[in-house]
Amino acid sequence: MRIEKEVIYIFLATLFLMVAIPWSVGQLSKDIFFEWPFFFEVAIGGLLAGVMYSLVALGFVLIFKASGVFNFAQGAMVLFSALTLVGLNERGLPMWLAIIVTLAVMLLLAIVIERVVLRSLVNQEHIILFMATIGITYFLDGFGQTLWGSEVKILDLGIPNSPGLYFDGRILINDFDLVAALIAGILVISLALFFQYTRIGRALRAVADDHQAALSVGIPLKHIWVIVWAVAGIVALVAGIMWGSKLGVQFSLALIALKALPVLILGGFTSVPGAIVGGLIIGAGEKLAEVFVAPLIGGGIEDWFAYMLALAFLVFRPQGLFGEKIIERV
Amino acid sequence: MLYREAGEFKSTYRADQAILTIRQDRWFMWALLVVAFLVIPLVSSEYWLGTIMLPFLILALAALGLNVLTGYAGQLSLGTGGFMATGAFAAYKLATAFPELHILVVILMSGGITAGVGLLFGIPSLRIKGFYLAVATLASQFFLIWMFNKFGWFTNYSSSGVISAPPMSLFGDNFVTGPYATPEAKYLFTLTLVVLFALMTKNLVRSNIGREWMAVRDMDIAAEIIGIKMLPTKLKAFGYSSFLCGIAGALWAFVYTGSVEPLAFDVNRSFQILFMIIIGGLGSIMGAFLGAAFIVLLPIFLSNAPHWFGLNIAVDMISHIEFMVFGALIIFFLIVEPHGLARLWQLLKEKLRLWPFPY
Repeated sequence: MRIEKEVIYIFLATLFLMVAIPWSVGQLSKDIFFEWPFFFEVAIGGLLAGVMYSLVALGFVLIFKASGVFNFAQGAMVLFSALTLVGLNERGLPMWLAIIVTLAVMLLLAIVIERVVLRSLVNQEHIILFMATIGITYFLDGFGQTLWGSEVKILDLGIPNSPGLYFDGRILINDFDLVAALIAGILVISLALFFQYTRIGRALRAVADDHQAALSVGIPLKHIWVIVWAVAGIVALVAGIMWGSKLGVQFSLALIALKALPVLILGGFTSVPGAIVGGLIIGAGEKLAEVFVAPLIGGGIEDWFAYMLALAFLVFRPQGLFGEKIIERV
Repeated sequence: MLYREAGEFKSTYRADQAILTIRQDRWFMWALLVVAFLVIPLVSSEYWLGTIMLPFLILALAALGLNVLTGYAGQLSLGTGGFMATGAFAAYKLATAFPELHILVVILMSGGITAGVGLLFGIPSLRIKGFYLAVATLASQFFLIWMFNKFGWFTNYSSSGVISAPPMSLFGDNFVTGPYATPEAKYLFTLTLVVLFALMTKNLVRSNIGREWMAVRDMDIAAEIIGIKMLPTKLKAFGYSSFLCGIAGALWAFVYTGSVEPLAFDVNRSFQILFMIIIGGLGSIMGAFLGAAFIVLLPIFLSNAPHWFGLNIAVDMISHIEFMVFGALIIFFLIVEPHGLARLWQLLKEKLRLWPFPY
């Protein structure tokens, strides 16, 4: 992949600001505690949380690339897969079997969505398809909770969740976040390998590049859509497991889709590396701002800070950091 | 056969430029207005007027506002809730700071203030398009709600964060807000405003401003080439849209719920209003009303339906099934008619034109 100069400049500027703003605020204000180890602790915690955002954003990107659909239902898919997994596990299935069954359910879901929704809405405008995915969101939220109930469930995979690792004796990092980042990393690498080296992966990339051309060389678009929704379902399951074991499996899981949106526009809708880098920037930026800037203006800025950050990026690069340049013709 | 243009000759420019050129359409519209202004307040119960018709009208006004921005000017926005909140809080601050101001002045001024805020958040739309813009407008949604929650000045330092709207009268004893207001008065007041704004919007989108918006929506580069200035056109759309949303927010807080709380205008409200215009029909005044009716009435219907069939289901189960049915219906309607209920209405009229003959 070729990285444009502009992206590198923006990236360096961001890094500089991320360090400079907390530092200067820390120097100027008496209320804010600033020390380098503490700064790095916050930054690393933010980066690791960012990986979790990337995980959700990844599902969006996969579907958007392959079918041009902005899949709002990704959050609902995260919730649905986590609910199914926990529900099956509660019914007595061992965890490994429950995971396999859930994967099968997500595949089935992809097939149903393609049959019922996408096939009937072929060639419609983007906003109509977007709306249809909102319909899917409602359906899945309702369906999952009708099946498995709406009380908060605990998902325990035996991942240690304690402040465990110390660097330098002073920087504290949560074990769980580290494991989550590791799993996300493995997922991304295996996805990259799948896209790069398998027949299906090649077909997926072809479809993402150009629908018409892909059709004309004989790639069956409908199968591709099923596959890509199934892959997004798998990504949703992984995100559901990670977020579910962190927060408990409950309705609010569906809302993390809202957290993934700024990641998405920052990185660019069409770029897998964009989702990763975007997640890291948003995660670190958010945590740093929350700790070092928010006390000055009253706190609780986590809700909108990510969006403002993404908005600031968009003013410089309207297509996101790694998004395809929008070329318009009359 | 009965419903058609043939045989209606227009002899003046006025007649040619009328909104409804077919006689039956005019009759229908007058009949609708008579029903809305006279029949409904006379026959409806307090419950219907206060908890169904009022939110329907107010949300229809907000949907109208969003439809101007999204349906006519093509700028996808998810900040509607934030703008409604701005209207509500602006109205509250005005009404408490200047108690002698008339309610109409308060509501119109709060619309104006919201328009200003909308202009501010519309500026990025010059560079950002499509879904990127939609997500960017979410920034305004979250930021505005956070701001109203965070700074006590907006709530006059009330401790609970929920504040009640002061009672205000239209003239004399005719209260339209507060505990003394009758549902009929509230309903008629809201209805009048909504009808007036709908008429104004209809005329606006038929004017050159509206045509500029549509040109920008259909292809902004082409619009720029034929001499439409992007910045003023997009900002006009943002300004007017948020003006309407602000008024809807002020009405919601003052007339409908009687209390100003940021929670009523969260991101779900924004989505709800976006549903309305997509289900109702993008780029159609009628669509905003049809969509609002669909989205407001459907959940009420769904939560009551099991009782009619004598089924007894637990409350949380009902709410989950409601979600499911709601989602399924949205998908169903999109598959049947992606261009919304307004398009179905149009098709019906075209069929009616030929009826009872096949050709």
